[in-house]
Amino acid sequence: MTQMTFARAINAGLRKSLENDPKVILMGEDIGTLGGVFRVTDGLQKDFGKHRVVDTPLAESAIIGTAVGLAYRGYRPVVEIQFDGFIYPAFDQIVSQVAKLHYRTQGAVKMPITIRVPFGGGIGSPEHHSESPEAYFTHTSGLRVVSVSNPQDAHTVIQQAISCDDPVLYFEPKRRYHDKGEVDESLDPRTALPMDAARVLTQGTDVTLVAYGPLVKTALDAAIAAADEGVSIEVIDLRSLAPVDYATLEASVRKTGHLVITHEAGQSGGLGAEVAASITERCFYHLEAAPVRVTGFDIPYPYSKLEMHHLPGLDRILDGVDRALGRPNSLSGLEG
Amino acid sequence: MSTDEAGQGGPSSRGQGNSAEHHGGSGRSLIQLITPAGERISHPEFDPWLQDITDEHLCSLYEDMTVIRRIDVEATALQRQGELALWPPLLGQEASQIGSGRALRQDDFVFSSYRENGVAYCRGVDLTSIIRVWRGNASSGWNPYTINMATPQIIIGAQTLHATGYAMGIQNDGADAVAVTYFGDGATSEGDLNEAMVFAASFQAPVVFFCQNNHWAISEPVRLQSHVHLADRATGFGIPSLRVDGNDVLAVMAATRVALDRARRGGGPTFIEAVTYRMGPHTTADDPTRYRDANELEDWAAKDPIWRVKSLLERKGLLTEELQRHVDDKADSVAREMRLACTSLPEPEPLDVFKHVYSSPNTWLDRQQDHYSRYLASFGDPAGAPSEEGAR
Repeated sequence: MTQMTFARAINAGLRKSLENDPKVILMGEDIGTLGGVFRVTDGLQKDFGKHRVVDTPLAESAIIGTAVGLAYRGYRPVVEIQFDGFIYPAFDQIVSQVAKLHYRTQGAVKMPITIRVPFGGGIGSPEHHSESPEAYFTHTSGLRVVSVSNPQDAHTVIQQAISCDDPVLYFEPKRRYHDKGEVDESLDPRTALPMDAARVLTQGTDVTLVAYGPLVKTALDAAIAAADEGVSIEVIDLRSLAPVDYATLEASVRKTGHLVITHEAGQSGGLGAEVAASITERCFYHLEAAPVRVTGFDIPYPYSKLEMHHLPGLDRILDGVDRALGRPNSLSGLEG
Repeated sequence: MSTDEAGQGGPSSRGQGNSAEHHGGSGRSLIQLITPAGERISHPEFDPWLQDITDEHLCSLYEDMTVIRRIDVEATALQRQGELALWPPLLGQEASQIGSGRALRQDDFVFSSYRENGVAYCRGVDLTSIIRVWRGNASSGWNPYTINMATPQIIIGAQTLHATGYAMGIQNDGADAVAVTYFGDGATSEGDLNEAMVFAASFQAPVVFFCQNNHWAISEPVRLQSHVHLADRATGFGIPSLRVDGNDVLAVMAATRVALDRARRGGGPTFIEAVTYRMGPHTTADDPTRYRDANELEDWAAKDPIWRVKSLLERKGLLTEELQRHVDDKADSVAREMRLACTSLPEPEPLDVFKHVYSSPNTWLDRQQDHYSRYLASFGDPAGAPSEEGAR
């Protein structure tokens, strides 16, 4: 076991993938000499060369579109979109090409492309640097979408994503890049928990609290705070946003009877809505109250002095837990 | 010798101004080796690229062009008869497609739009494969690796990036194959082509950008899209370009060979603008009489690419009755084969809708497939189940 930061853990995972498979090729803006704006690819170009770790011109559609061509040629491209808000120029290539080519060609062409997206807020950035665009991609068939929440997963899941024959969007919670954790680099990604499985982080009996990426840490903090108030929360790290591991969620909700889901993205049409609806369909008679969503607002990402109002924090999550449990909360006395 | 385009009787002016053919262009002449009247003219720069083109070879180019025109006419008829949902005709672009398609090596890889059925024919496509997509029986006709040609792209210009990426892969592999991307004049307005040219130039990727300027992006004329010759745009990216008479099969072939050779020798990308004309509609769904002048079509009909090579064969005394019969028979049999392939395609299975979304199982989708298969089974006769009218 080694102590390393989240960013370093991804770096180490990328390094392993580059070592293990000569067809793995990294591409993106500033990922070579600079090592990426978050230094996630630090040192990789120096060790693997400019043909394996490619500094590209600034053109997101081209970064994804050329990765498609490389995949046609048998490569496994790992591309970095520098910031969440920069993914939109590449949207067509992702949803119309990367996602659909396997289907379009009846399985003849594989698109084992990993798209790394530093996402989410909380770092005081300007516009376009703090967004949570994951729902656009979970809505698109053919894509797998994951988000990791701790250094060990970051290290393992990046390798699983790269070796997956389907395209994977790998959302990295950028405000956790500098968090440290234990990483067992010898853990074999082939036998580790698969990337499409959710993980129960704390056992609880009163509420199932589902989070992913940057909010997993907040959810864990909320569970500790709730325990002081005598509420037992089962925190689930969703890990895979598409497909969602409903089996794990169902088992938990059948036990607790209450569901709270939290994410930074806006509420309408967000992943929380999908999880709430699916769990309601699957275990309606086990739910003792309507599922509760604690999310960002349906607003453009606000300027940084206000972002902590938009982002679900520990107290907002606890308030959501109170709503789910029918305890006194911010909406008490309101109908509906 | 080059022929000035004005002397070619360019598209007639309709008083809209800003014609790329008359304003702002570099005045670059078109590369031409056969005049519209069918006269072979010498060209010291490009003739050396055609030294292996024997009389027999020339006859086979005539045959190819005739056959793909026949495929096109037959498919259009199939659409009109309700056998195909849609068809994108290539009528008028036979020289561009055969001239370039026949210049490629089998290990080159093509990324095309939906209109390059002539190129697919050169790659050796099975005709059933071409027709399957337009009948609605599949999303793509062929396995790209069997003919080294990607599934035709519908999103305008998207394929130019795929070709560039593929070319970067060729470069990494140390191979001397070339990625060739086909697109129309409309695609030159799209961001993707422009990004593709940036990447191709940056990495000196072995890719050939083959633009068939057929003058119309559905109803938008090329003069609305560009105030310079399309070939001149490449210059700004640092990509050498050639502007060729797209109705001249030999000129197209020579230009393509120049570009391929440059790419194979590590010289990087080349942009070819093949100036041609789409004589039919964009697809069978539109009506060009609404947006273009009949005189324009007439002008271009006089430059018909097949008529041109046929005249050349006549001048050379090669157009024997035997040859014409052979060509006609071939076109007839190919058309028959395609019609039969079309009408005898088996109906796809209902649960095929779920196949190949992912390469490994996906729990969401497996559940939907399971539910739908139970739903179908509830009818007893799954084949009769889903319809807009209902069966209950």
